[in-house]
Amino acid sequence: MFLTISTTGTPERPATDLGFLLHKHPGKAQAFSTSYGQAHVFYPEATAERCTAALLLEVDPVALARRVRGATKGRGGAADAALAQYVNDRPYAASSLFAVALSTVFSSALRGVCKSLPERAAEPLPLRAEVPALPARGGARLVRALFEPLGWTVSADPVPLDERFPEWGDSRYVRLVLDVPDGRLTLSEALRHLYVLLPVLDDAKHYWVSADEVDKLLRAGEGWLAGHPEQKLITNRYLARRWSLTREAMERLELARLADADDTDVEEIDNAVAEDEGPDAEDKPAPLAEQRRDAILAALGAAGAARVLDLGCGQGQLLQALLKDARYTEIVGVDVSMRALTVASRRLKLDRMGQRQAERVTLRQGSLAYTDKRLKGYDAAVLCEVVEHVDPERLSALEYAVFGSARPRTVLVTTPNVEYNVRWESLPAGHVRHGDHRFEWTRAEFRAWAERVTHQHGYTVEFVPVGPDDPEVGPPTQMAVFTQTQTQTQTPNDRTGQNTQNTQSTKEAKAA
Amino acid sequence: MTDNTTDNTTGTSTGSTTPGRRLPVTDLSLVVLIGASGAGKSTFARRHFKPTEVLSSDFCRGLVADDENDQGASGDAFDVLHYIAGKRLAAGRRTVVDATSVQSDSRKQLIELARRHDVLPIAIVLDVPEDVCAERNAARADRAGMPRRVIQRHQRELRRSLRHLEREGFRKVHVLRGVAEVEGAEVVTERRFNDLTHLTGPFDIIGDIHGCASELETLLDRLGYVDGAHPEGRTAVFVGDLVDRGPDSPGVLRRVMGMVADGTALCVPGNHENKLGRYLKGRGVQHTHGLAETIAQLEAEDARDPDFRARVREFVDGLVSHYVLDGGKLVVCHAGLPEKYHGRTSGRVRSHALYGDTTGETDEFGLPVRYPWAEDYRGKAAVVYGHTPVPTATWLNNTICLDTGAVFGGRLTALRWPERELVDVPAERVWYEPTRPLRTDAPGGHDGRPLDLGDVHGRRAVETRYAGRVTVREENAAAALEVMSRFAADPRLLPYLPPTMAPSATSRREGYLEHPEDAFAQYAADGVARVVCEEKHMGSRAVVLVCRDADVARERFGVGGTSHAGSGGAGGPTGALVTRTGRPFLGDPDRTEQVLGRVRDAADAAGLWAELDTDWLLLDAELMPWSLKASGLLRSQYAAVGAASGAVFPGALDALEAAVARGVDVRDLLGKQRERAADAAAFTDAYRRYCWPTDGLDGVRLAPFQILAVQGRSLAGMPHDRQLALIDRMVEHDGTGLLRTTRRLYVETGDADSVRAGVDWWLEMTGRGGEGMVVKPVGALVRDGRGRLVQPGIKCRGREYLRIVYGPEYTRPENLEKLRGRTLGHKRSLAIREYALGLEALDRLAEGEPLWRVHEAVFAVLALESEPVDPRL
Repeated sequence: MFLTISTTGTPERPATDLGFLLHKHPGKAQAFSTSYGQAHVFYPEATAERCTAALLLEVDPVALARRVRGATKGRGGAADAALAQYVNDRPYAASSLFAVALSTVFSSALRGVCKSLPERAAEPLPLRAEVPALPARGGARLVRALFEPLGWTVSADPVPLDERFPEWGDSRYVRLVLDVPDGRLTLSEALRHLYVLLPVLDDAKHYWVSADEVDKLLRAGEGWLAGHPEQKLITNRYLARRWSLTREAMERLELARLADADDTDVEEIDNAVAEDEGPDAEDKPAPLAEQRRDAILAALGAAGAARVLDLGCGQGQLLQALLKDARYTEIVGVDVSMRALTVASRRLKLDRMGQRQAERVTLRQGSLAYTDKRLKGYDAAVLCEVVEHVDPERLSALEYAVFGSARPRTVLVTTPNVEYNVRWESLPAGHVRHGDHRFEWTRAEFRAWAERVTHQHGYTVEFVPVGPDDPEVGPPTQMAVFTQTQTQTQTPNDRTGQNTQNTQSTKEAKAA
Repeated sequence: MTDNTTDNTTGTSTGSTTPGRRLPVTDLSLVVLIGASGAGKSTFARRHFKPTEVLSSDFCRGLVADDENDQGASGDAFDVLHYIAGKRLAAGRRTVVDATSVQSDSRKQLIELARRHDVLPIAIVLDVPEDVCAERNAARADRAGMPRRVIQRHQRELRRSLRHLEREGFRKVHVLRGVAEVEGAEVVTERRFNDLTHLTGPFDIIGDIHGCASELETLLDRLGYVDGAHPEGRTAVFVGDLVDRGPDSPGVLRRVMGMVADGTALCVPGNHENKLGRYLKGRGVQHTHGLAETIAQLEAEDARDPDFRARVREFVDGLVSHYVLDGGKLVVCHAGLPEKYHGRTSGRVRSHALYGDTTGETDEFGLPVRYPWAEDYRGKAAVVYGHTPVPTATWLNNTICLDTGAVFGGRLTALRWPERELVDVPAERVWYEPTRPLRTDAPGGHDGRPLDLGDVHGRRAVETRYAGRVTVREENAAAALEVMSRFAADPRLLPYLPPTMAPSATSRREGYLEHPEDAFAQYAADGVARVVCEEKHMGSRAVVLVCRDADVARERFGVGGTSHAGSGGAGGPTGALVTRTGRPFLGDPDRTEQVLGRVRDAADAAGLWAELDTDWLLLDAELMPWSLKASGLLRSQYAAVGAASGAVFPGALDALEAAVARGVDVRDLLGKQRERAADAAAFTDAYRRYCWPTDGLDGVRLAPFQILAVQGRSLAGMPHDRQLALIDRMVEHDGTGLLRTTRRLYVETGDADSVRAGVDWWLEMTGRGGEGMVVKPVGALVRDGRGRLVQPGIKCRGREYLRIVYGPEYTRPENLEKLRGRTLGHKRSLAIREYALGLEALDRLAEGEPLWRVHEAVFAVLALESEPVDPRL
């Protein structure tokens, strides 16, 4: 990874003063050890008119991998986690690691300290910074939005992924050239901009940044970050990064390995929890989600349910609502995603909950692709926006698991009404509402499905619109309320499996 | 007890005996001797039983109190006696209790003990005059002081007990009156009625008939019976439920009773016979579950054969709950029986044999939920049973249910023993509407039981026949559950996932991390003389299940049962094309069907269906190009590295050159960066070789390299040369350009020239940018000298290809040196464990085991794939 900083000068104020300001002699090449490899500083040009300092960091991929591994436990000496650790852009791109090198090599300049030319350090000067391979999540547009308010003139050209395959489009790198005329920025300010904004643009997830580096990062923002129009994004990305780093090291390894085994990005399968919804994210449900929850609560109330299953509980929004109502004495949240369950647990603050409250709620991993004995005997089950995440050819398993095996008295199923999609302005025609939706049903399709289920499994069904019921295309969400018709003669105490002493009538039933 | 030759024709022989008469005593029973002190019990026991069979209370008193006559120690002594007796009975050993046992309380405990161990309690009463007892006691030094009144009390209690012994629960009561009768008696050991271990068949075991007389005749005909007798002397065994629901229960009874009387058949009772028996005895039973039909049919029979009812009653009355046959290798009963009940005799065993075990719950049809005892069964004897209608008869843990719902329009099924062949005939019609549908649409409903979370979730140990128990850890199962549930193909179409493969041992050769000579050497060390080197195509691993048509997929794999919104085509799927983690390869089901269609056509044209006697094929293959599936990864990872390096080096090198020109000493750094730039360019070249654009199926290629399984057979053991010959023919007959052959070279690991040729072949192939090769024992499924599985394949990846894995700069000597520290142990162990699980899945599939059993092994492969192991290996 590579970066140059240039300035121009006059015989009175020679450009070579840059050497003093950076505390690096323009006539020499110097090398420094950093946590991620050797950093080199040298000057490709150094005249009174123009002086350029270059910083080149030779990233040691092996050291990098070891550092990441430190956060987890390998087995039998085997390296852990995903292949992405070993083959990645870190040795080439000006990533978050670069910020570390920058602060190590130019620490005094960063602080604006210069013993030889103290007055020059406080003076603005004309500057040009070039970063030939800058990873920029958010692209050239964001690069401009971050640097332009600080006084830079920005040139950011996207780098194509592979010119051999133009159909692949652009990479996430830009070739960045920043210019600022004299009188605007000091070298210290310029360096601190880079120090903070390079990692923000990189927005990398796979690397651990220690807490004290994070503090340094904050200090570097002094004087400019507070007034920056993108301050929220800058802070959020940096905070989110810190949060996800610790978290990922602990939680996603198994899934990451499965993704690896299949040559797949881990994001493609570890996507049960939406990117932007961390547990710390402010809990502001979209109005439709709120209406859905209200409709579900109303239906559960009408059914007189006390022991409720939330099948596909996701991050636990519905569980949270159920917990607030004392009539729900047993609330079980089931999800197939361990990550979702972890987020739900944090959202509910299970670890801090009073014992009586905590006893009302259980979170467990489960899957509706399988029957599950633990789900039997409940009053009601809610499948809120769940069925559309199941491949159509695998729905029959879900139907049997819920209606045939678990068999709660009441089952609530909500799902999008695809007819309504034309009313979403932001949704392009023919698109589903969520990337993981395997289908979206019309009202007629949903009814046909629901009615088939009732016949097969002995339920009746009623349909409830959720959200504004458009006269033409119906409501945005459709809900089916299933009620069991066959009354069961279950005797909860008679589950020992020893039935030799059973009554005659039971034996007769067995004879069937 | 092997020397007994007693017939078992008598019923329970109870009551008094005459002097000199034989006392039949069942071989496995709890014999309680009853008599006053001095009646001669110990002498009797010594004379008629083995010393180790006899437990005397006196002896136990001695054990706990050093004094056989210390009545104060009686409580502890009987504890010991009961404990030992319990151990003996649990182990299936006859036990004789030598105590006075004149009080009903003491007998009650013994009867409970017998029941607990499901053996018959037998009483032998020694009723000897008081004077004789007193005289004998007086002659014994240790009992000389026993007051006369003790004997008198014993006698009184004995008298009071005599009439009640049967009611107390003794299944045989032998009363010997007077000294002469005691001394003249002869104990003869008698087999249990259920013990027919001496009969070796061969047998034809026939499932639940339920009055389907015509189907029974057809089946007997197919089995080769002529008027109820088999010319080769085979014996039919009926698992019960002969009657009710169907059109002609009397006809079935007449046939079966005739065969049993002639000795050409055995029959165990079903719950329906039991109920019919109670009805015939005039007990009040509900005329439900098809009994009404039988009653009507019997009434119609009365005029023609007035005696028939009585004969049926007698027949049903004489039925024995279950039989242990063929030297103990076979158990036949109606509703299944756990091993601990085999050959036992108690009300509980009978109830279990007739009704099975239930969980106490009822299902959505109001029917009792049956406890899946067979899933826990680990016994040595095969258990053949009926009772629960299943869509198809499948073996599970050495048990099989033959009730295939003939009366519900299913089939009437028989099992040939010891051949283990199934013979069945279809029902002529639906004679009786089932309360519960025979199958559900859910995966596994096809063969009776949908997949359950308990089959896969949490920490599990999967039994494999090739590598013993393979353990899956909880966190790995959790990850697999998420992928399997959210992304995988329908589990019914996922009978296999490929194992991971270990690379060859790390090469010490300069410039190489992997080299084929190490693979050859490893196989030579494992005793594998001949290996095949198969070219790696640098595609993505793919498993292809292709059926001849959608009907076959429905029949064999149970998919496409009901069509509903959004599901495939009208005919349902004809197979699957999945990645190594079970995900559908192509998002679009129609496109998948196109690929399957081309494979099917090639198999058709090559005549593989007939040759392999199958209507489906399971193939292990590579699908190209790599970019087809890995495009996301290519963009985010591989091409990204190329793009970043391509962007950074020109500027960095220019700057360094400018510095050098200024006289700054960065010459070394410049040289190093030039090398790095070259390595990065080589990296870009490396991944580009495995990418090409596709349009629909244009540009897509499939290279099958192994036929894993066909109907009823795993082909995992078919040598690779034969495998490849079959596949070559498929490729030849593919007119679409989809299928590709896999180039190969055979190498003798012990022959230096041959090894050199193998190395050259690899060098040539990888020199042109090839991914590398996989070296496999030609014999495919091979064990080493110690009987352990040998790695089914070892990969040798090309030097350039490894840049994609180890990074652009891995070939530098200092990097290679570091990388040579890689450890392969865990990867190898993982490869073997996953291989064993894959083999297990194929074997279970071949043997027609239920879906959950196959899925258990497949799921475990996926779970193991999430174990921590160096991902670069």
